[in-house]
Amino acid sequence: MAEIRYIDAINQAHHEEFARDEHVVVLGEDVGRKGGVFGATAGLIDKFGEDRVIDSPLAESSIAGMAIGMAANGLVPITEFQFADFIHPAFNQIVSEAARMRYRSNNAFGCPVVFRAPWGGSHGTALYHSQSIEAFYSHVPGIKVVAPSTPYDAKGLLKSAIRDPDPVMFLEHKRMYRLVKGEVPSGDFTVPIGPAAVRREGTDLSIFAYGWMLHESLGAAEMVAPEGISVEVVDVRTLVPLDTQTLLKSVGKTNRALVVYEDNRFGGYGAEIAALIAEQAFYDLDAPVTRLGGPDVPGIPFAKPLEEWFFITKEKIADAIRKLAAL
Amino acid sequence: MAVEVKLPQLGESTYEGTIGKWLKQPGDHVERFEPLVEIITDKVNVEMPAPIGGTLQKILVDEGATVPTGTAIALMETTDAAAAPEAQPRTPVAAAAAPAASDRRTVAAGDGERARLSPVVRKLAEEHGVPLEEVASLRGSGAGGRVTKEDVLKHLEQRKAPARPAAGVATAPPATPARPGAFPAQPSAAAPKEAGGDELVKLTPLRRSIAQRMAQSKRDIPHAYGTIEADVTTLIKWREANKDEWRAREGVNITLTAFFIKAAVEALRAFPVVNAAWTEDGILLRKAINIGVGIALEDGLIVAVIKHADQKSLVGVAGELDALGRKARDGKLALEDVQGGTFTITNPGVFGSIWSMPIIVPGQAGILATDAAVKRPVVRGDGIAIRDIMHLGLSFDHRIFDGATGVQFLNRIKTKLEGFPGGDAALTDF
Repeated sequence: MAEIRYIDAINQAHHEEFARDEHVVVLGEDVGRKGGVFGATAGLIDKFGEDRVIDSPLAESSIAGMAIGMAANGLVPITEFQFADFIHPAFNQIVSEAARMRYRSNNAFGCPVVFRAPWGGSHGTALYHSQSIEAFYSHVPGIKVVAPSTPYDAKGLLKSAIRDPDPVMFLEHKRMYRLVKGEVPSGDFTVPIGPAAVRREGTDLSIFAYGWMLHESLGAAEMVAPEGISVEVVDVRTLVPLDTQTLLKSVGKTNRALVVYEDNRFGGYGAEIAALIAEQAFYDLDAPVTRLGGPDVPGIPFAKPLEEWFFITKEKIADAIRKLAAL
Repeated sequence: MAVEVKLPQLGESTYEGTIGKWLKQPGDHVERFEPLVEIITDKVNVEMPAPIGGTLQKILVDEGATVPTGTAIALMETTDAAAAPEAQPRTPVAAAAAPAASDRRTVAAGDGERARLSPVVRKLAEEHGVPLEEVASLRGSGAGGRVTKEDVLKHLEQRKAPARPAAGVATAPPATPARPGAFPAQPSAAAPKEAGGDELVKLTPLRRSIAQRMAQSKRDIPHAYGTIEADVTTLIKWREANKDEWRAREGVNITLTAFFIKAAVEALRAFPVVNAAWTEDGILLRKAINIGVGIALEDGLIVAVIKHADQKSLVGVAGELDALGRKARDGKLALEDVQGGTFTITNPGVFGSIWSMPIIVPGQAGILATDAAVKRPVVRGDGIAIRDIMHLGLSFDHRIFDGATGVQFLNRIKTKLEGFPGGDAALTDF
């Protein structure tokens, strides 16, 4: 089995799904001749042609709208939003149309669109290329939201998303594209949308994280292990529908929960996990459910020291672990 | 309205009580604070006053029965609207246990913050039938002494009683699924097994309490020791010469212990850190100097406390020692007689011990052992003299202070004892 980068896994999934089903198309800014700004769609246009690999106008609302129309007519579109930050003009199309299609058509139509978006902060990406958007879409019934953290999951979940009969928001934390590598089978396999994964077993405290935060959390767990704190790290993986069982089971075991997310803390996706645990695992808790989220400022700053202040690092997570474990 | 009267927690590390005698019968009118029932604990017997005024409706626990604290023992009919739904009596015990203003830790133990238990801790307690009061009284390892799940699991492990002996030997059925005051057992695999002819002696409440407290102390407190010699020839000579006259005048025996207590009090004043307690938040320096003194009884040792020993004269201390000793032997000690000690003196010397390493009473920083004064040949100047020499041994909590302090403390006592003035004014001068 080859060890490949996260971005390569995304690319492989595209190629394999394009070959498997001729209804699969991709549209987005620079996805054709350039192969995507990050290279997610590299090589597709040469293999599958301009009819299936469409360089779109610089208009996100129309990318989403076209995809929804294609889906209604039997195609299986993947849309790439160059950066998650640019998806906001498409919010109306995704929320009002795609997410509700099955509901308002009384199950006559589905809307099998995959909305791919590179999200999250990386070095120097600042206000317009760093946003976390998962909370907006997780709030809306009718659309699934996934945020894989490993190349294996990226490929397996993207295939599941493409084959899903309903819209899926597919979030790729851009920091992982070239940094995170892992073993991925070259052939066909899927990872089901739904189940969370326990990435590290522990007994004292559970961390719930997704995207890049999973990797920082694993690093933090490693840091505090010599101090005698045994941390369980759960990769949430699918944000909607949420695998409540795995999460609650972990809290039942460790009795302490730390939810880590990069988005602004207030009203972030992690708040939902915290609320779930507070409601359904109350009698398992030995300490307050704790959130570690980004500061509530309008964006990740460009200035290096401010960016460092914003980012949640393994050091900051380790501090939160120590505090919670000592309560 | 009918109100439950519950068995209060009668002092530190007391988790159960035996109903001695009901002083009121159903139908009797009872005034608030009027003695209602006699309670026997492992330490003392107390008359529990009625928490509210009203009519005793029903007795729920018969005389002779032992129940855990918090158990409803009677129902009272009251018109007192202010009566709390759970009548927790305000006993003299509560007053005795009331912490001094400077005792921050004990205050914390009583207040709501520390009594707050996390949901999982409550669940665990419920699952194992442990009263919440017992759980709340644990020494928590969490922030600010909070009791965590881990603490409860450890406690559950410890309160498992030793393996039951073979059939045919009478053993008391446990009063509760697991006895709160149970001796923290080693894993049952290590528990000794009976062989033919062996006899299992049932633990008295006092024995059980001693076992629990001593094991707790040795488990929690890193003991360190220091011993020095003191030449008490002058003191002993003077006492021999004056004890009869003293007894005739004061009506009580003048014991060496009284002198040791006075000397120790002076040293405690000079070294406040010895009159202290360890807490996770810091070292709690006690304002009051209350000296506990070990009194040997038939079934074990009990420590009676001379309160504010620093404010008492030698005569006063001797008189109180005598009174406490008599009360202890008659089983008449009240709770306030055994609580609130800040430092303890044990006197194994009366049995002839010449070198002792006592165990610290939990919640204190040290314990002084005064061993037997023995005539020894010692070098004085260039000659050899026969002198009465005794050992002063200090066991101390090494978390609180170090050997240097411990030995200086002992030296202070030594200097005081060796400097005994003698003469007619000895008692007032000492």
